[in-house]
Amino acid sequence: MGVTQILFWVLTVLALGSALMVVTSRNPVYSVLYLILCFFAISGHYILMNAQFLAVVNIIVYAGAIMVLFLFVIMLMNLNASVEPQKNKWLKIAGAIAGGCLLLVLVAAFKDADIKTQLVQTKDGEIGLINNLGMALFKDYVVPFEISSVLFLSAMVGAVVIGKKE
Amino acid sequence: MPVNYYIFVALALFSIGVVGVLTRRNAIIVFMCIEIMLNAVNLLLVAFSKMHAAVYAAAAPATVTGTGIDGQLFVFFIMVVAAAEVSVGLAIIVMMYRNIHSVDINFLNRLKH
Repeated sequence: MGVTQILFWVLTVLALGSALMVVTSRNPVYSVLYLILCFFAISGHYILMNAQFLAVVNIIVYAGAIMVLFLFVIMLMNLNASVEPQKNKWLKIAGAIAGGCLLLVLVAAFKDADIKTQLVQTKDGEIGLINNLGMALFKDYVVPFEISSVLFLSAMVGAVVIGKKE
Repeated sequence: MPVNYYIFVALALFSIGVVGVLTRRNAIIVFMCIEIMLNAVNLLLVAFSKMHAAVYAAAAPATVTGTGIDGQLFVFFIMVVAAAEVSVGLAIIVMMYRNIHSVDINFLNRLKH
């Protein structure tokens, strides 16, 4: 078992365990912190597959910007008292069973796929570097890139309009 | 690593997100579980892109260089859209908290009546 396999399993356990803690922890602040841990583990997976640009963007955008936004909202609204009412226990059990059935069906469908022995290129390959991604982004995908800037502008205006006081 | 390990990891993450959306009542935690699902899809897209890069590098080395780059650009655009979605969604949650003083989605049943 090489270093790549060991890192893969460590990052996988970290990602899945912290994702489970996001769902199960009472306090929303703990959920946000475990979600940051989960995103760092996913960034580790990207680095393991030599997708360096996406790893850095994942840390900056998700763990840096979006999670700070979540923390701001939780702390400004003083929601860290964990006052979630425990009304319907059967609803939680039914939800867990439904999600488990979804996982079971998907795993059974993909268990015998043809591509299951194809190797994923780890720790080599050039396509995840910012040189190649930037060339493709500004040559082939320049129109969606510019449209996404319009999307950001409209999202910003929308957030300001929705969030301001009457 | 074989690609089916990545497939199963992404499926497990996605299912954890689905369970969170179905069981939790706090709107912010439901939103975070949606982010987990988006990240599962991102991980699977990057894994498939590296798989295609490996396949084409084995088949025709030095002729096809940019294969699999589309998947990683899709991940980039998914992150862009997720950032915009989170800003608008959190603004909606703040407005909802200001109106009904709670973020419990059980109270959001006014459209039923």
